[in-house]
Amino acid sequence: MYGSRSRFLTVMLAIGLAFFYIPMILLIIYSFNYSKLVPVWGGWSLRWYEVLFKSEEVWSAVALSLQIAFVNATFATLLGTLAGLAMVRFGRFRGRTLFGGMLVAPLVMPEVITGLSLLVLFITLKQLIGWPAERGFTTITIAHITFSLAYVAVIVQARLTGMGQTLEEAALDLGAKPFKVLTAITLPRLAPGMISGWLLAFTLSLDDLVIASFVTGPGANTLPILIFSRIRLGLRPDINALATIIILFVAVCVAIAALIMFYQQKRQELDQQIANQGGA
Amino acid sequence: MAGDPTASDEPWLDTDAEPMVRIRGVSKNFGDVTAVNNIDLDIHKGELFCLLGGSGCGKTTLLRMLAGFETPTSGTILIDGVDMSTVPPYERPTNMMFQSYALFPHMTVEKNIAFGLKQDKLPRSEIEHKVHEILKLVELQDYKKRKPQQLSGGQRQRVALARALVKEPKLLLLDEPLGALDKKLREQTQFELANIQEQVGITFVVVTHDQEEAMTLSSRIAVMDAGKLAQIGTPTEIYEFPESRFVADFIGSANILEGTVTEDSPDHVRVDTNLGEIYIDHGQSVKQDSRVWIAIRPEKIKLSKTAPRTGRSTANQAEGKVDDIGYLGNTSIYKIRLDDGLIVDVTAPNQVRPKSRSHQITWEDTVYLTWDPSSAMLLKT
Amino acid sequence: MSDTTANTASEPAAGQSGLLRQLARRIQSRWQSIVVFVPYAWLLVFFLLPFFIVAKISLAEIVIASPPFSKMIQWTDEGVMNIRLVFDNFVYILTDDLYYRTYLNSLKISIVSTIVCLLIGYPMAYGIVRSGPVAKKLLLFAVILPFWTSFLLRVYAWMGLLADRGTINNLLISLGVIDEPVRMLYTEFAVYIGIVYTYLPFMILPLYANMERLDNALNEAAADLGSRPMNTFFKVTLPLTVPGIVAGSLLVFIPATGEYVIPDLLGGGNVLMIGRLLFNEFSANTDWPVASAVAIVLLVLLVLPMTIYQYFQGKAAEEQ
Repeated sequence: MYGSRSRFLTVMLAIGLAFFYIPMILLIIYSFNYSKLVPVWGGWSLRWYEVLFKSEEVWSAVALSLQIAFVNATFATLLGTLAGLAMVRFGRFRGRTLFGGMLVAPLVMPEVITGLSLLVLFITLKQLIGWPAERGFTTITIAHITFSLAYVAVIVQARLTGMGQTLEEAALDLGAKPFKVLTAITLPRLAPGMISGWLLAFTLSLDDLVIASFVTGPGANTLPILIFSRIRLGLRPDINALATIIILFVAVCVAIAALIMFYQQKRQELDQQIANQGGA
Repeated sequence: MAGDPTASDEPWLDTDAEPMVRIRGVSKNFGDVTAVNNIDLDIHKGELFCLLGGSGCGKTTLLRMLAGFETPTSGTILIDGVDMSTVPPYERPTNMMFQSYALFPHMTVEKNIAFGLKQDKLPRSEIEHKVHEILKLVELQDYKKRKPQQLSGGQRQRVALARALVKEPKLLLLDEPLGALDKKLREQTQFELANIQEQVGITFVVVTHDQEEAMTLSSRIAVMDAGKLAQIGTPTEIYEFPESRFVADFIGSANILEGTVTEDSPDHVRVDTNLGEIYIDHGQSVKQDSRVWIAIRPEKIKLSKTAPRTGRSTANQAEGKVDDIGYLGNTSIYKIRLDDGLIVDVTAPNQVRPKSRSHQITWEDTVYLTWDPSSAMLLKT
Repeated sequence: MSDTTANTASEPAAGQSGLLRQLARRIQSRWQSIVVFVPYAWLLVFFLLPFFIVAKISLAEIVIASPPFSKMIQWTDEGVMNIRLVFDNFVYILTDDLYYRTYLNSLKISIVSTIVCLLIGYPMAYGIVRSGPVAKKLLLFAVILPFWTSFLLRVYAWMGLLADRGTINNLLISLGVIDEPVRMLYTEFAVYIGIVYTYLPFMILPLYANMERLDNALNEAAADLGSRPMNTFFKVTLPLTVPGIVAGSLLVFIPATGEYVIPDLLGGGNVLMIGRLLFNEFSANTDWPVASAVAIVLLVLLVLPMTIYQYFQGKAAEEQ
């Protein structure tokens, strides 16, 4: 076919992918290094995994991060879906422009600004109404929901736009009330978008350092805060071990998700074939 | 750019002449799918040649091989005597009008048309002149500053045509040129396209799935089926003398019946079918008792409420009941059920406005079918 | 903004059964208001309101108290409201050499990084678009995968590569290219690497989305009209991918300008960037009014690119 990939593009792709993956591969390899000095090879070892697993600090940080991520993802999916529905399906309503602006702004707002402004808010609120009494789980979760819901809303909006409104109109025509249409037609069809939104919100929360650093209080260390405080001072082999676990975990999850998607597509193709055979 | 007055109207009959396009043994595989299968085809200078077929028959692939977007898996393509195997699209003496028109959305009409001329490094004044002339030809002078998005479908179609024509290619390739237009506009544009082709005298190769379009436009039609050529001929040849059931059924509609040859003389053939005995008044050189197929066009059958005068022979006539009628305005289509359950389609013009019901043929009427000895077509495959 | 209510979309349907319908529509418009209200209120309180507070603090003076800034509104003994706006913080930021240089340096680093991302990302995105259907999916997957892994750890990976006794130096010394380690970590170079590495997917994905929508027939049409591949690229492909270039560039430029982690980890104390300065101003110096003013100035700097981004996104949505 005319316009297939030229050699130049292939080379650029190879260089780009090497650039993406070589650092991560090296990171993984050095996690199995016996030496305390990360870049000096001292033989294969699982020593740093042992150190890692024995560290209570790490475990409590992981627990806190997972809790925050879970609550955040759930609330952000809920709020983001409502927001997406409002933007795509409700036509014009009062304050739509402002709403749309506030839904997009968190996506591009520098983290330091979001973090700073939320911290200032929490302090002001505490002075005015005495809540939140102390910063930690609650404040980090609220902060995360605020930017995560924008990401979910983007995904939901894209999916709603892609779905079109024909099925909803058909349901209305067949006598379903608008609320029934929402629960019986729109939400089930929206489910894949909501699931990817949830996963994205979960990941974003696990990944956030800057905003959490601003709005956290004494003693509430999320995993990124813990990692950051350690690697600021230089390379640490136990962090290599932690990184390896995280990278492999994520890779496996994403691969499973991709496989599920792949098989769903295969099944659709098979259905199509069956339909074609029946038709012809 | 005027047509060559010495060229005959039927250049394909001149077997000595060098054809504009010579396709020899061309095949194209995509993976294990054979899109085009061993095609031989000559297209002559000044022709308006149609590649006609259903979707997936390989017609577009063949056209894209002429343009150079696909390379044949085997076989050769010569354009004006030059082997095109190693010539990239941008050096071929062909231009294409794309099905989607592929107008550059970031350029005005004028810039779109000038694009090809700029590639030839023509002087600016010449480019301007040619763009002006071609805009006049397609009647778009007033739209030259518009972007493609600001044009109607018909206008875009003419810009696409102008952009390809302005380079005066040896061969103009048109991929479903009227496919995106609505019915009325399509009918009108068919004639315009044929007129423009006559004016400029460039060889056109048109890909279409619309048989009516192919019939109106072309000097010759190649009907394609599953990557192969089913038949090549003038529109009349293809319609009146199809060589296979596929062609008979694909072009227009036809009642197709299986039958056995009972007699084959130099000047006539008799075939026994479900529709009774069919007599054809010209020789076909088929074997006695061989299985053949008969195709009869619905409009070639005469419909009557009164029984025909029975002569010595009962060939070429049948009796049935009206099963269904489709009123199309200018004509009506009648579904006639014979005694043995066979349904035969007959079309008849509505020459008078129906006033009284008595003279009209209506549902469940007993009717008689007759047809001319020259009407039935005998098909061996 | 329009003043129309939520249910104008299908108004002219008031016929015989109008009453029942209107009732149903009332209910519908009510639950719609609830649906809108919850996320709307959330964003007003937790996103918009904080900015006003930051703006307010930036106009206050530092005082030794908790919180460490002066009140904007004070009541005098006679019961007169006294509003104090202090612009000193802004004057200070815009005249002080350190802040001024830091802003400029942030802009320089993010602009250069954006250009580098574009130069690497454009051919990569184009390569993906031009790949076969299976390869396309795998390549997209490979580009998105790093995005799902921890950002912090990806930056950390480069610390190991760039350190004085890190992988690159060790390799170059053992190959005999250099005798002494080259200082790479804690330099501006390391910050460039980190930003490009982190934000490259943000460049590739919008470009890919843009290029994928382009009709290959346009390329073919250009070739058919005699244009060589190079010319086709500059005259057809490049102009038509401008929206993708703008979107990708802004998605790199905006967060890179405010970046904190990368300059902190890879630049050490040697690279001036505004995000890091702001963070330090806040946590180490606890000078909230100045930190707030720094944030406001940064926001003002980024408002234009953010608006452009939103404009292009809106336009892209319309075209779909």
